[in-house]
Amino acid sequence: MKEEIIIAGFGGQGVLSMGKILAYSGVMQGQEVSWIPSYGPEMRGGTANVTVILSDRKISSPVLQEFDTGIVLNQQSLDKFEESIKPGGTLLYDPNGITRAPRRTDLDIYTIDAAVEAARSGNAKVFNMFVLGAFLKIKPLVTIENVIEGLRHSLPERAHKMIPANEAALRKGMELVKKAE
Amino acid sequence: MEDIKLMKGNEVLAYAAVRCGADGYFGYPITPQSEVLETLTELRPWETTGMVVLQAESEVASINMVYGGASVGKRVLTSTSSPGLSLMCEGLSYLAGAELPCVVIDVSRGGPGLGTIQASQADYFQVVKGGGHGDYRMPVLAPNSVQEMNDFVDLAFELAFKYLNPAMILADGVIGQMMEKVRLSPQKPRRTEEEIRKECPWAAIGKGAHRKERNIVTSCYIDPETMERHNHKLQAKYERMEREEVRVEEMEVSDAEYILVAYGASSRICAKVVEDARAAGLKVGLIRPITLFPFPSEAIRRAAQHAKGFLSVELSMGQMIEDVRMAVGNAEIPVQHFGRTGGIIHSPREVYEALKQFMTETGGL
Repeated sequence: MKEEIIIAGFGGQGVLSMGKILAYSGVMQGQEVSWIPSYGPEMRGGTANVTVILSDRKISSPVLQEFDTGIVLNQQSLDKFEESIKPGGTLLYDPNGITRAPRRTDLDIYTIDAAVEAARSGNAKVFNMFVLGAFLKIKPLVTIENVIEGLRHSLPERAHKMIPANEAALRKGMELVKKAE
Repeated sequence: MEDIKLMKGNEVLAYAAVRCGADGYFGYPITPQSEVLETLTELRPWETTGMVVLQAESEVASINMVYGGASVGKRVLTSTSSPGLSLMCEGLSYLAGAELPCVVIDVSRGGPGLGTIQASQADYFQVVKGGGHGDYRMPVLAPNSVQEMNDFVDLAFELAFKYLNPAMILADGVIGQMMEKVRLSPQKPRRTEEEIRKECPWAAIGKGAHRKERNIVTSCYIDPETMERHNHKLQAKYERMEREEVRVEEMEVSDAEYILVAYGASSRICAKVVEDARAAGLKVGLIRPITLFPFPSEAIRRAAQHAKGFLSVELSMGQMIEDVRMAVGNAEIPVQHFGRTGGIIHSPREVYEALKQFMTETGGL
């Protein structure tokens, strides 16, 4: 098993932390992992992206030009990364703020209404967990138990009270993910 | 499982410094390695091991604090990124001249000048060939994984104290900013004053019970004959490093017709290129210098006996390529450079395309 993932969106959406939680879940599952952000003059409201690799084998390059899965959370990221997904790969996006639907016809495309659901839940911070839940429904690379374990390891102690809300959002995301028409 | 962590390379440098029993860290923040000082401040080692962590007023101050700490036999280090290292070069030369052990880490970024904060490998000349003035060398370790960011801190201290010389770790923004699994080293105790007195008979720590004279730490030798003798003494150390400290990793080299040579982040990218090339039936291998000084010339010379060409892949306009050329030593064998620069990281595909073009031009494809 080897899964090469790009997660991209606005800074502040929890793109990097979602990647970190996914990577930590992989560690809990005994996988090899790498996480590499686009670091730089990005800031809240700017664009942010992170490459995550989960693999059974040693990972050679953490830097990639194409991906098995693209998780895209704004229009700029769709414009930038749609073409970087391997033929036959997976694209998951939140239609909120998307003004141009994906053009690729050779991908498995899914949507998750994470922004709407996060607003409805009254806790905007778990937005990225709806998305992660959706992804893990499509590709069950790590168990939900290992995601929780990953959260326990990656969150500081004082934030552990947020874990139940994160778990609920993960499970909700799994329910809400839809195959695009 | 418990002791495997997912961490950034920079964070790991901080943990490794505390755990290897360092006495002091002096630094000034600069992207892309600011997490080193941040993490050290979070770890508060002054409350546990007694290690000093100090944000100096500049890189010039940092390196001279390192000089002070090293003069009394302490395990001290600093870290910075490219423009910061330029400011430290005078201090490095003094440390080398005064034969002081210390560790200096450069998590390099794009230049020249203030440059960019993105990853780059354009500090090869500066770090490997000197930077500071005078006839001196430093062992240079080039980690290519987060695990090696842990392992090489202790190794660098070992080399520094073995040779009484500054030891460098040359990383880059990719290795500093990426997260991977890491097994942190166990905590070593800091050496006691008694142990330092025993291990560092040269240290400037007063007369003590059994000595008549105070030690003097200096790099100043006004008399030319004394200076020359000192240079010969230093040179003998560097030659010993070349005999004893070469570290290199080889991948699919034994039957390779084309050899990629790359270190740090580039070597990870090239490892994927070798996988892809082999899958396509191309006889391609990778030589990864782990020590940039001493340079693994012998491994390259050996590979040159069967290789049709060498591609030096660096995140720069081509610096290490000069050492590759010298090691190949045969003008008949083409040696070329490929690399993106200015903070752009070449993708495995870009390297693969450059390799195929090189092979086509040189009759290998």
